[in-house]
Amino acid sequence: MLEIKDLSVAVGDREILHNISLKIAEGETHVLFGPNGAGKSTLLMTIMGFPKYRVTGGAIIFDGKDITPLSIDERARLGIGMSFQRPPVVRGVKTRDMLNACMREATSPEAINDLARRSDMTDFLDRDVNYGFSGGEIKRSEIMQLLAQKPLLSLLDEPESGVDLVNIALIGSLMNSLLDKECPIRFRKCMGLIITHTGHILNYINARTGYVMIGGRIGCAADPREILASIKEKGYEECVQCLLMNNAKRKASC
Amino acid sequence: MATEKKATIKEKAKSAQRKPATFGEDIDLKAFAGAAEPQKYRQDPSQLPARDKQQMLGAGVILDDSSQRSGTFIQMDNTPVHSSVWQEGIEVMPVSQALEKYDWIADYWWRAVAVDADKYTANVELNQHNGYFIRALPGQKTELPVQACLYLNQAGLAQNVHNIIIAEEGSELHIITGCTTALADEPGLHLGVSEFFIKPGAKITFTMIHNWNPEIAVRPRTGVIIEENGLFLSNYVLMKPVRSLQMYPTAYCVGENATVRYNSVLAAGEGSSLDVGSRALLNAAGARTEIVARAITTGGSIISRGLIEGNAPGVKGHLECRGLILQGKGVIHAVPELKGTLAGIDLSHEAAVGKIAEEEVEYLMARGLTENEATAAIVRGFLRVDIEGLPSLLTAELQQAVAASEKDIL
Repeated sequence: MLEIKDLSVAVGDREILHNISLKIAEGETHVLFGPNGAGKSTLLMTIMGFPKYRVTGGAIIFDGKDITPLSIDERARLGIGMSFQRPPVVRGVKTRDMLNACMREATSPEAINDLARRSDMTDFLDRDVNYGFSGGEIKRSEIMQLLAQKPLLSLLDEPESGVDLVNIALIGSLMNSLLDKECPIRFRKCMGLIITHTGHILNYINARTGYVMIGGRIGCAADPREILASIKEKGYEECVQCLLMNNAKRKASC
Repeated sequence: MATEKKATIKEKAKSAQRKPATFGEDIDLKAFAGAAEPQKYRQDPSQLPARDKQQMLGAGVILDDSSQRSGTFIQMDNTPVHSSVWQEGIEVMPVSQALEKYDWIADYWWRAVAVDADKYTANVELNQHNGYFIRALPGQKTELPVQACLYLNQAGLAQNVHNIIIAEEGSELHIITGCTTALADEPGLHLGVSEFFIKPGAKITFTMIHNWNPEIAVRPRTGVIIEENGLFLSNYVLMKPVRSLQMYPTAYCVGENATVRYNSVLAAGEGSSLDVGSRALLNAAGARTEIVARAITTGGSIISRGLIEGNAPGVKGHLECRGLILQGKGVIHAVPELKGTLAGIDLSHEAAVGKIAEEEVEYLMARGLTENEATAAIVRGFLRVDIEGLPSLLTAELQQAVAASEKDIL
């Protein structure tokens, strides 16, 4: 289980996230909506442990352990993985090397080739990671790396942005595999937290809970499809109003 | 060689005896001995002492398995100790023997490098101690590389060699040269003149691995003349400490569509001073060049130069220098230069010097690598040599040479 308790995060001197709390139980996938600059990526980067994102309050509990003080790689080895929205190019490091690194234990070249075939990335295995990749290729490469890493918790930052309709179906299918969706619900272990702008990915993957984040705060937790329908109809205006009301209530009760 | 020509060359050399090089620290030649103990010739190079063979192996020279090479030349100090060739149509011999055998070598002697370029070229002419001659006859192609080793054995010696390499029309030569030393930390000086001649449609790949020691000074002087549709591919690897090394090989593309590619991988630890460049003069229509240098310092100083001159219609060249400073005190100075002398040419360069990008380290850490593992993977990637046109065997050997030294710099 992932439990975020009253988390506040600053970048430099500026606080970006304010008192975020959420829980993702084993086998569950949650979705994060919100306008640009709301702090969604900041939340994912903080869960992954990037030092630039400084926790100023609260805690991140993963699998019963407070991981707030842990480094990125320690978190990765505990079972947290992330698909980046705009990953860097690492010249000279081949995609195949990345998959090998993700798997950690010695693996056969066949296993890597199979994974690349499933991800339609065979031609990219011996290319520098992310070098000259299109938007869709980057997304497939990111999910493929996570499939190699097999994390318990996958943090997926806009997995469908810049992806055409054919590729989005493939990405959806890879994500289902990543998040154990083929497994009966009661046996499912893997968790996911997905940022989506358009909600397209919800056509391919089921998610239990959706959140709207605005101005570094989470407004509500509800059925993601309902949230999406509301955003499509009314934009984020209603969410802003709702958040303002919540804040007013919280202040009144203090 | 005609006496008159010989005299002219000597005169020119004498006039340049005190002429410092344009770049690099000025080495006092008087501090080094010219004469060395003669070494025993070995019919079978695997009979060389195990320690020397091991040292040579580190520079890519394999002596225990002749099936991996089509020819071998070994010179220890001033004496060629072995020379053999296993393939018809390829010649490998000491340059002294070639001078006796072929009068026409006079036409090549000091044609690609000026004898009066500086005091080092002059010294090689005036106190020459052999060198190698490698030639592919017209249309002949080496299946396996020819290897050559210039080995410094005696402390305080100045080794002055003059090499001539010729790929006749339509031929193909793959050469590995390993320059190394038996000396752990005693001084020495290696002066090596290499003149390459690539005839129409011929190709030479030249892979040079330098493994010296922290007290040795090195001044190679290389010139390459490439005729139409000829190709010269140079790979240079220097990963071990050296006190002072300066070189600036020059390729002259004199025939239409002549092509030259240089790849250099340089590492400088504390105390090492490198001034290494690659120069391509595109003097014929359609000539092409690509110059790529990767430089890493862990405390030493590296000047990474490059010059492309476009002097003919439709020529194209690109120069890339990337430098990585792994620890605080190192210096990398990239000096890329382009010179165009007419319209319609296409020359470009890019240079970047810096530290390892934090973003890349963190990206790899998110995949479970520790910070050290991530840094090592990025450095390994930085040094990875992907060279178009190099046979896979040589690429693998080159990777191996780089990988063998990685742990020293990490």
